[in-house]
Amino acid sequence: MLTMNLSHFEASMLFALLTSIVLGVITKRTDRERIRYAAYCFGYFVVAIFGLGWLMYLGHG
Amino acid sequence: MAEEKQAAPAKGNWMPVVALAWFIPGGGHFLLKRPGRGAILAGCVALMFVLGLMMRGAFFQWQTGDLLTTVIYCGGFIGDLMAGVLFLLARAFGYDQVDVAGHVHDYGTKFLVAAGLLNILAMVDAYEIATGRKD
Repeated sequence: MLTMNLSHFEASMLFALLTSIVLGVITKRTDRERIRYAAYCFGYFVVAIFGLGWLMYLGHG
Repeated sequence: MAEEKQAAPAKGNWMPVVALAWFIPGGGHFLLKRPGRGAILAGCVALMFVLGLMMRGAFFQWQTGDLLTTVIYCGGFIGDLMAGVLFLLARAFGYDQVDVAGHVHDYGTKFLVAAGLLNILAMVDAYEIATGRKD
């Protein structure tokens, strides 16, 4: 079976992308709103990934 | 849009829609004549699940004990089960990864559960469409 070895960054970005798409599709009524909301969610995921990444890096000493 | 609404099942007849939405991710939307949304949801859930398998994630086993163990393992099992036919096929074809240390396996396990959780969101969306709460 095919296996994948993704880094933390790659795996979390894939998770963010797929989750953002689903959130956009199910929560909004028009295609334009869906795309905007998905991009908005993805942006916040990315900010959270980098923010928490730096927090853990600095907290680790 | 009006044609789509006429072709959809009558309001209140949501049980088969939700059942199909669970069994085949995106299937409820296809039944409700929303093929575009159904295809996107099916693709996202299936991709999340397959990525979880490729990262050799483990399925949760039903396990009770203290509160935390019960919540994590039973909740995880329900999350896995909510991926519908994807979970059943993986089980039927003998996928049985033991829980081992390593971030890739951990992500895989979370991706498998997340696929089920995304499918729950799709089921709720299908339910709301079937009951006329949204288009």
